[in-house]
Amino acid sequence: MTQPLVAPAADTGADVAPPVRRRGRWIPYLLLLPGLLWLAIFFVLPMLTVASTSLQEGSLAQGYELTWRVANYTEAAQRYAAQFSRAFLFAAASTVLALVVSYPLAYFIAFKAGRWRNLLLLLVIAPFFTSFLIRTLAWKIILSDSGWVVGTFQTLGLLPEQGRLLATSVAVIAGLTYNFLPFMTLPLYASLEKIDRSLIEAATDLYASPFTAFWKVTWPLSLPGVVAGTLLTFIPAAGDFVNVRFLGTPSQSMIGNVIESRFLVVLDYPTAAALSFTLMLAILLLVGLYVRRAGTETIV
Amino acid sequence: MTAPQPTEDAELRLIGLTKRFGPITAVDDLHLRVPSGAFIALLGPSGCGKTTTLRMVAGLEAPTAGQILLGDTDLTGLKPYRRPVNTVFQSYALFPHLDIYENVAFGLRRSGIKDVRAQVGQMLELVQLTGFERRRPSQVSGGQAQRVALARALINHPKMLLLDEPLGALDLKLRREMQLTLKRIQEEVRITFLHVTHDQEEAMTMADTIAVMSQGRIEQLGHPEQLYERPRTQFVANFLGQSNMLRATVDGRDGDLVTLRIADTTLVVPAEMLSHGMLTASGEVHVGVRPEKLDLAPVDDPVPQGRNALRGVVVDTSFMGTSTQYLVRTGWDQELTVFAQNRHTDVVAPGTRVRLTWRPEHAFVLDADTPTSAAAPQPAVAP
Repeated sequence: MTQPLVAPAADTGADVAPPVRRRGRWIPYLLLLPGLLWLAIFFVLPMLTVASTSLQEGSLAQGYELTWRVANYTEAAQRYAAQFSRAFLFAAASTVLALVVSYPLAYFIAFKAGRWRNLLLLLVIAPFFTSFLIRTLAWKIILSDSGWVVGTFQTLGLLPEQGRLLATSVAVIAGLTYNFLPFMTLPLYASLEKIDRSLIEAATDLYASPFTAFWKVTWPLSLPGVVAGTLLTFIPAAGDFVNVRFLGTPSQSMIGNVIESRFLVVLDYPTAAALSFTLMLAILLLVGLYVRRAGTETIV
Repeated sequence: MTAPQPTEDAELRLIGLTKRFGPITAVDDLHLRVPSGAFIALLGPSGCGKTTTLRMVAGLEAPTAGQILLGDTDLTGLKPYRRPVNTVFQSYALFPHLDIYENVAFGLRRSGIKDVRAQVGQMLELVQLTGFERRRPSQVSGGQAQRVALARALINHPKMLLLDEPLGALDLKLRREMQLTLKRIQEEVRITFLHVTHDQEEAMTMADTIAVMSQGRIEQLGHPEQLYERPRTQFVANFLGQSNMLRATVDGRDGDLVTLRIADTTLVVPAEMLSHGMLTASGEVHVGVRPEKLDLAPVDDPVPQGRNALRGVVVDTSFMGTSTQYLVRTGWDQELTVFAQNRHTDVVAPGTRVRLTWRPEHAFVLDADTPTSAAAPQPAVAP
């Protein structure tokens, strides 16, 4: 009965529609333009500059010249292999730690927090109200040799008499974990919160104990959040240099620290650029393998 | 969880079951007995406590007071995964990360059964979904998802199947189809079905016993026909189908019949319909007559022997395909609804003076003093 009513309306619409549609065709591209321009100027152009720099030779005094020197890469990779592996090791450790800390936290906020949910979420992102540097400096004070944390650890026998936390790998990993925790918690929360409670009820109704219901239903359904959270933690952690700078020593230095000092202190631009590119490709490769392993199906 | 044994004692007994959510009493001192193998529907409007009752039987909600017994087992304190009952959820709650095969096999795998292939195949055949094993829940239609949910529950051979408005999300045609499918499957597996619904037609089509619920209590329990023909409260009379309620004064008794008076009209009803209390009370009762029980005739036609009759004027007619609905205004300005089958008679025009007749035993009588609900909590026992 409604069809005859709708059809004429569609007919009259058709007279007006073509010009609208023609104009509409290039509107999406117009909307893309600012973003594309931004990317071109601030991403593609610098990338090309870095790529070109990484293949140059020379010194700051005499100037650099593009000689397509691929040895920049092999030399840098050999020389800084330790820092590379430390970066990935520290990033992996802090990602795992962040996951272990965040999962119960996100689970609690999503399922048990009730009316406290928004407040708790606010607390999770509260650290962002202060600068990253200030927060890391604060950790330097917290972990300092005369601080209460070291004191307590020593009293409890968790640290030897002269043991310290600051300037150790532990401090660096702790700092990385702390700094990237919200990036783990928020995606986990988002995917846990989306899970239909009746699915968990259905699992318990089908003889699954609370643990089995978690393992067979909640966990697999939260995997998209796990994948997103680990990526958002691992990628920036692997390239970080601030935590080592404030909480570690040169013997903990990660590849980020090398790149920073090559660029800003030694002014060895080709090596710094080659290291940057290598780091980027290594992360891309690792992430690619990881996402493939985790299965694309769980992400969508 | 073992082989289906329809004869084993799986009588469900709810004893004084109560559930309060803060100040709200969702289920209020509910008593119910459901014999093994029955198909019982909990029928009522939303918020009447029917779903809460089902969730307490499933173990998803803990009762504030009362007991749940299934056969000789006290379920009251048992965790849901330790109860020999399974549920078909309102939204089906199929696991989106598992395919249909694994969804159906879920309960068997949790019970530690390794070889599930034969049973899953058999179940999918029962619900006519053979060939859908590798599909994801997102790749099947609503009706199919509904059948997967049914198979997933039934494969465990529960002592009792709980259905929480399972057809609510389906369109009318599919719902009719599924009603018959569910009925067929229940007759095949002979498991007790406890079906929660707000749809009176669905309850009447499928269940052999209906418990009409209101405000956390059972208003009336019985066979669908019994509830329809002899409702005990106004609530039941109006929730199941439509009723014309006439307020009448008891005039006297004439053998097996009681004479009633409304304005200048005299009616009779069988004496057995009036309980002792009604006769001795204020002298007023409510007489209910279903619209399809009323016959519409020209005002001058002789009243057939033994039928009640009253005069009125047709004020409105609406043609509804198989029948026509008339609104007839009586002498005391009450509008009565009449359903007349469209067989060969012409539609009677508004303004026509008519006579409505019905057989005395086609009416039902309710106490006029308790207008909406039966006050006395009766221990409801399924026949």
